[in-house]
Amino acid sequence: MDRILSNKWYVAIFVLPALLIFLAFVIIPIITTGVYSLYDYSGIGEKTFLGFTNYIELFTEDRYFPDSVKNSFILVAASLFIQLPISFTLALILSRGVRGEKFFRTIYFVPVVISSMVIGQLWMRIFKSDYGLLNILIRTISGSDFEYAWLAQPKTAFYATVVPAVWQFIGYHMLIFYAGIKSIPTDYYEAAQIDGASKFKTTIKITIPLLSPVIKTCTIFALTGALRSFDLIYVMTGGGPNHASEVPSTLMYTNLFRKGLYGYGSAQAFFIVIECLLFSLIIARIFRRSEENASIL
Amino acid sequence: MKKIKKELQFLILIFIALTQIFPLYWLITFSLKTNNEIFGDNVLGLPETWRWVNYTTALNDGGILLYFMNSVIYSGLTVLVVGILTAMAAYAIARMHWKNKALVFSIFTIGIMIPIQATLLPLFQMMDWLGLKGGYLGLLVPYIAFGIPMSIMILTGFYKAIPREMEEAAYIDGCGIFRSFVTIILPIMRPALATASIFTFLGTWNELIFANTLIDSSAYRTLPVGIMSFAGQYTTDWGLIGAGMVIATLPTILIYFLLSNQVQQSLMAGAVKG
Repeated sequence: MDRILSNKWYVAIFVLPALLIFLAFVIIPIITTGVYSLYDYSGIGEKTFLGFTNYIELFTEDRYFPDSVKNSFILVAASLFIQLPISFTLALILSRGVRGEKFFRTIYFVPVVISSMVIGQLWMRIFKSDYGLLNILIRTISGSDFEYAWLAQPKTAFYATVVPAVWQFIGYHMLIFYAGIKSIPTDYYEAAQIDGASKFKTTIKITIPLLSPVIKTCTIFALTGALRSFDLIYVMTGGGPNHASEVPSTLMYTNLFRKGLYGYGSAQAFFIVIECLLFSLIIARIFRRSEENASIL
Repeated sequence: MKKIKKELQFLILIFIALTQIFPLYWLITFSLKTNNEIFGDNVLGLPETWRWVNYTTALNDGGILLYFMNSVIYSGLTVLVVGILTAMAAYAIARMHWKNKALVFSIFTIGIMIPIQATLLPLFQMMDWLGLKGGYLGLLVPYIAFGIPMSIMILTGFYKAIPREMEEAAYIDGCGIFRSFVTIILPIMRPALATASIFTFLGTWNELIFANTLIDSSAYRTLPVGIMSFAGQYTTDWGLIGAGMVIATLPTILIYFLLSNQVQQSLMAGAVKG
């Protein structure tokens, strides 16, 4: 059997179709974007090599890019420090066994399967000034005739897109955490209970350390998901009003397909690629260290 | 004291469940209402009369039926092709012996972390150059490529869990690799394939940015893009737009509810290994 399973021809037949398609239509385009980012290029005519000029301009001359990066970091922070803790808490409660455990698990996941276009259109209507659900709610509670266009005001527009972004994937991370917690052998908890440890203490001392690989996976997913987010903002504000809610990918889209700035837009695109890979590596490294510490303990 | 805490926890669970499900409830009810109801008399309640005409209008006059069929074609073919390609590739990665398989696996994993929109411009040019831009294939090929990494991740984990003896028996009986793959391995992998397919389906069905950029003729348009332009066209008719959005959401919700056990269990199995 091992002879058959080491046959190079068979390996090639099984791997190559997927690998070639993936290389041709994902990896090569990514590299091409990286190359374009070093040029002044408008799609037609000659490319002029610029080196890293485009990248320098992103942070020195672009009026919107630094703020767009700031916005994407706010989204990252919201995902890591609001979304993941909520998901984790829910997973913790559910995994201890409550009435309707399966019902809650199923319901929490529902927003995950809905297209972000629909989610965006819906939340747009929640945040509308006149007939928006949020304002109607505020009006009913306060008895005033409160009207505020959450998405049309530069101060709140971006935060109004953060809310559904955080909301939509709570169930996704919850399910992954839940699975991780369920896979921890119960003897650990029994031992802790015999030693008289409180629930809070067992969570800190047993659940979280043993869950470290799962927490790592969720952190990387939440982080890269936030850095590359596009759909919700594109649908809800289009980066407006007056560019207040831009993130790097909405700027990239405008530069590439509205302004035809292929080189400059590619620099923005490749900036997101570098961010995602770099932060994933850093997180993997941080967790490796904590896993090593855990094993020493 | 303990009982109060339990009840409090339960209330929190209910509250979050309501926030997770409420926008969907609101969408479904307003898709069946008149503007008068939506904007005034009956914001949150059930519709006074159920206006199914919103649905027939959206399907026929709004062109939603055509976009729906297009989305079925893109998603169906993508799920099929990605399923076949990755069932094979993941098998080779998990169970065959060759140099560089760790490298190949990490190349696929990169696909999960990178922002896929960074491929947009080169793919746009590539499809133009191949003469595929604007047609079915021009969007199908990228969708297939994007679906590959996640599916490989899910399937590889499951392949590794299959005991060696299952295959050994087949090979001893003189089965070739292809026959044992199709008759022994694939049937065991059915639940894993179902899970991977759901993820491929969701990703394709809901995809917006590529469908918006690579397709310009409405004849090949997908549902998310179709509904977005539809919403731009009928801005004030919420009932109609709502009907379109329900139609776009229904298949994913149905498939999810039908297979939710499967999805949850497989996601759990996958997460634990990851």
